Amino acid sequence: MRYRIPLAVFIIMVVLLGYGLSLDPKKVPSPLIGKPAPEFSLARLGNPQQRFAQEDLLGQVWVLNVWASWCVSCRAEHKIITRLSEQNLVAVIGLNYKDDPDEARQWLEQFGNPYTISVMDRDGRVGIDWGVYGVPETFIIGKDGLIKYKHIGPVTQESLNNEVIPVLRKLIG
Amino acid sequence: MRGLIFCLIFLAGSAHAAIEAYEFKSAQMEASYLKLIDELRCLVCQNQNLSGSNADLAKDLRRQTYEMLMQGNSPDQVVQFMVDRYGDFVLYRPRLKRSTLILWLGPFVLLGLVLAFVIRRMYRMQKLVPPNTDALQRARQLLSDSRE
Repeated sequence: MRYRIPLAVFIIMVVLLGYGLSLDPKKVPSPLIGKPAPEFSLARLGNPQQRFAQEDLLGQVWVLNVWASWCVSCRAEHKIITRLSEQNLVAVIGLNYKDDPDEARQWLEQFGNPYTISVMDRDGRVGIDWGVYGVPETFIIGKDGLIKYKHIGPVTQESLNNEVIPVLRKLIG
Repeated sequence: MRGLIFCLIFLAGSAHAAIEAYEFKSAQMEASYLKLIDELRCLVCQNQNLSGSNADLAKDLRRQTYEMLMQGNSPDQVVQFMVDRYGDFVLYRPRLKRSTLILWLGPFVLLGLVLAFVIRRMYRMQKLVPPNTDALQRARQLLSDSRE
């Protein structure tokens, strides 16, 4: 058993590297989970005289979905978000991130509008406050105004069924 | 070879091509800005810092950094602002805390272990070769013979 120690080191390395392969480096854990939802007050898409602020929904469970017409995976995610809003569980607010309002409106007309309200974050400042770095992103905010859940990248049918909906049902109570 | 060097020079040039022309109140503020965008990570491209990235988010975060400095925030406050939103991952130089201890101390622990292993090995090897008294005696004999 001369090679006991090298073998042990090798096995440990294989296990660690194997574990490393199973991680997704694009998924950065958000420090915002459990923190109050960052404040914002933005003009509504398609109705810029009206503003929407996150206090308007205080006391309710709601979803914030970050989207843009230039974002290809938002198109893939669109039908899932539509399914979510068809369930009428909660308000689904769209944060239209760094987009042209005309193109954004056109996008909604073409594919359908799943959002209760969409607001425009044209220069991406609200996005920075919410730690957005990969559109689409989806947040769930609880009745207490705290961020409960964050999904980075397009929500799939699987993550809708296994994560988003269960989290929402639990929060609604 | 010359072509390779040319390519490398070209690459080094492009890594800092994305800098906007900002005006600062002082040279010190500019230095803080340059240091900050060197040490903060662009989250879209992940293996680039803010200064090296041309991504939209990197541009926005450079603007954010610039504005915060101009408003009189200290570099530490800018870093805290980024960490509050994007997590420790934005830092290229991780902070020393419990969850990063292994990162900071791991290499030294590993070095210590290897050194201990090597020293023990050397010590044992020295012991393993017992002085051959007969041969030593003979060598001395021969040496003293040749001297005569």
